[in-house]
Amino acid sequence: MLKLEKRPQPSRMWTYLTPLVAVLLTMLAGAALFAFLGKDPILSIRTIFWEPLFSEFAFYYRPQLLVKGAPLVLIAIGLSLGFKAGIWNIGAEGQYIIGALCGAGVALAFYPLEAWFIFPLMVLAGALGGWAWAMIPALLKVRFGTNEILVSLMLVYVAEQLLASMSLGLLKNPEGFGFPGSRNLQQYPSAHNAELIAGTSMHWGVVAAFIAVILTYILLNRHILGFHIRLTGESPKAARFAGVNPARLILFCLGTAGALAGMAGLFEVSGPSGQVSIDFNVGYGFTAIIVAFLGRLHPVGILLAGALMALTYIGGEIAQSKLGLPAAAIQVFQGMLLFFLLAVDVTTNYRIRWTKREVA
Amino acid sequence: MTETLLTIEGLTKAYPGVVANDNVSFTIHEGEVHALLGENGAGKSTLVKMIYGLVKPDSGTMTLRGAPYTPSEPRAARAAGVAMVFQHFSLFDALNVAENIALGMENPPAMRDLAARIREVSETYGLPIDPYRTVGDLSAGERQRVEIIRCLLQDPRLLIMDEPTSVLTPQEVEILFQTLRKLTAEGVAILYISHKLEEIRALCDQATILRLGKNVGTCVPAETTAREMAEMMVGSAFQAPERAPRELGDVALDITGLSVKSPSEFGTSLRNLHLTLRAGEILGLGGVAGNGQDELLAALSGELRSDPDSIKLKGQPIGRLGPNARRQLGLLTAPEERLGHAAAPDMSLTENAALTGAQREGLVSNGFLKWGKARDFAEAVIARFDVRTPGPGTAARALSGGNLQKFVIGREVMQRPEVLVVNQPTWGVDASAAAAIRQALLDLAGQGTAVLVISQDLDELMEISDRFGALNEGRLSDIRPAQDLSVDEIGLMMGGAHGMEVAHV
Repeated sequence: MLKLEKRPQPSRMWTYLTPLVAVLLTMLAGAALFAFLGKDPILSIRTIFWEPLFSEFAFYYRPQLLVKGAPLVLIAIGLSLGFKAGIWNIGAEGQYIIGALCGAGVALAFYPLEAWFIFPLMVLAGALGGWAWAMIPALLKVRFGTNEILVSLMLVYVAEQLLASMSLGLLKNPEGFGFPGSRNLQQYPSAHNAELIAGTSMHWGVVAAFIAVILTYILLNRHILGFHIRLTGESPKAARFAGVNPARLILFCLGTAGALAGMAGLFEVSGPSGQVSIDFNVGYGFTAIIVAFLGRLHPVGILLAGALMALTYIGGEIAQSKLGLPAAAIQVFQGMLLFFLLAVDVTTNYRIRWTKREVA
Repeated sequence: MTETLLTIEGLTKAYPGVVANDNVSFTIHEGEVHALLGENGAGKSTLVKMIYGLVKPDSGTMTLRGAPYTPSEPRAARAAGVAMVFQHFSLFDALNVAENIALGMENPPAMRDLAARIREVSETYGLPIDPYRTVGDLSAGERQRVEIIRCLLQDPRLLIMDEPTSVLTPQEVEILFQTLRKLTAEGVAILYISHKLEEIRALCDQATILRLGKNVGTCVPAETTAREMAEMMVGSAFQAPERAPRELGDVALDITGLSVKSPSEFGTSLRNLHLTLRAGEILGLGGVAGNGQDELLAALSGELRSDPDSIKLKGQPIGRLGPNARRQLGLLTAPEERLGHAAAPDMSLTENAALTGAQREGLVSNGFLKWGKARDFAEAVIARFDVRTPGPGTAARALSGGNLQKFVIGREVMQRPEVLVVNQPTWGVDASAAAAIRQALLDLAGQGTAVLVISQDLDELMEISDRFGALNEGRLSDIRPAQDLSVDEIGLMMGGAHGMEVAHV
């Protein structure tokens, strides 16, 4: 019989090892899944993990890693603060959309004016938009004790409706021949989040993600606020004893997560995507939850996890076009990663032992 | 004495990293009250769990009335005539007494018949209780009666009682003892677990003493002094704390009309408390658990807020201030629950040192934590309070109860408080650690700190306090000098028998 034995201290080794084990298990289970779909399992896994990095077209795919990874990391970093404190913001997707709408709205309001201050203003508007959207579940929780998981998640669907309405109405391109969607910001230099170094796909969102990683690392490890965030997650009662104000912490964590998600949305809409459109959001806000946990809620871990997740996005697209794998199979594959991670996670706090069956 | 009821031979049970019971043997006779004595962690609980079929021994045998006894589960133990009253009651507040008892039965009879049987048993053994009363309205002593009646309905031959008096006032203890004596007169054996030596001397015929899982001796309690038994438990000469004469200073803490509503539904709200505490004084507050102790600590630590003027620290109203503002002013606290309240279980001792020490020890500058300084502070606490741990990087939960308690108390003491409030400072702590903690509190008072000790251990309070008061249902008794208080008076201050009737049979 399998028996779990609580470790006296969480195992440091397993804390770092579990993400790797989870990735390996996902590869195995994914290969089995692809085999059942009638695809060559080894080729499928190789396509997802190898092709984007080392195939002959890698020069095209590699920069894509930054494009896909940056929003994931930026959002996941924000989420990780709340998750560490036991505050569950599931609605980053909505905050991402609102951030994009606000940022793009600022740009379109100034169009066609060319000025240096437009882009910084957009970033600010994006952050504020995401922050405000996250403040809805935060204030409701603080004031009325509502469940932030439900409220933030529901607000994603509200945000999606708002996005549809905006791309068909207020923000629609007046010169767009009636097609839904806004003007393309890539063609509006003052608002374009362009490549910073040609050929690398490095844009301001990537820079922001790296800065967020560094600042969060400092916050969590050196600052009293980060200490209080960790303390609240560990033991809310001890945190109150230490003088932490839970309401303020909820506002800070949700607000920061919203602002970062909003910025991610802005960088996306003004860069790689270029315009507000009905299908602008592609699920970064949800995938970032996986990234946050896969990265152990640790800033550096999130950076690595974001890169890995970006890899499965790109590899998944290649597998879709080359091998005809269904898009849903790729999503299942990404979902499995979180599933296995949570399962393997048990080993951090517990030792697993085989024992003879004993009569209870 | 009379016939042998239960013989235990070489029982051994090992858990990872610790041998809970190592080759323990003893015998219980019919009609005997047998004490199982030992410090926390000595293996008493594991031993009775094996007898009650909750834990399976690794080796060793048990013989009940001449037949091999290997209970595979509590049901089998009950069928064999072994019943147990646990320290923590398993009763549903919303149900009445009879319903609660029916829940624990295999084939409960009709409610009316059961109520009649409950009345019959309760009257026979002097445990008057109305079967139709809601458990939520009962006092701790009455709840214990329900548990005992539940056991007695099974006609047990052996009744195991785990620390039964920890929730009772002295008067209630006396009532319980009368019931137990009545049971033994009928030949029922009682295995009585406790670390309260005077009680054991008053009640028990035989005592088996456990230390670190081993049976280190037996004695006849009535013929042994409490000190001798304590030394057998601890395994060394026992160092009682020393009390130096102290000078009392000005009033440091002044509580006037403190009323606080408990945040939890089943908590006890504080009602109009008054007390003053002078520098250099130790005030002991007794009371049965759940009478407002946690709420009082929270109201003083700043976790619960109150009317500003209801709490004054050296004349300054602090009722509205949060925990850190109060720490800054010199009011430090150590709550009862070590893991999860006083300390964060998975965090290191360094981090836990910063938990309350951040302000007074200057561990923060511009919002940034100075981890090096925090580690130094943790190391200082570890060194001065003899905390046994590999180092300040160890997680709090890896420490034993006594060591963590020394760390938690030491962390506050080392911050040179003006007023220190501790709740259950030695609960679940081994005797030597408890003595060290009490000594530290006495020393601190000697240096002019006002100390408020909330505890359910009356011996402890009598040992260290200058004045004594008791909490009862959120109210505070008169506060009186501790020295000339009798046990009876203390019991009355704690609420007497809480209206429980004495056996009139």
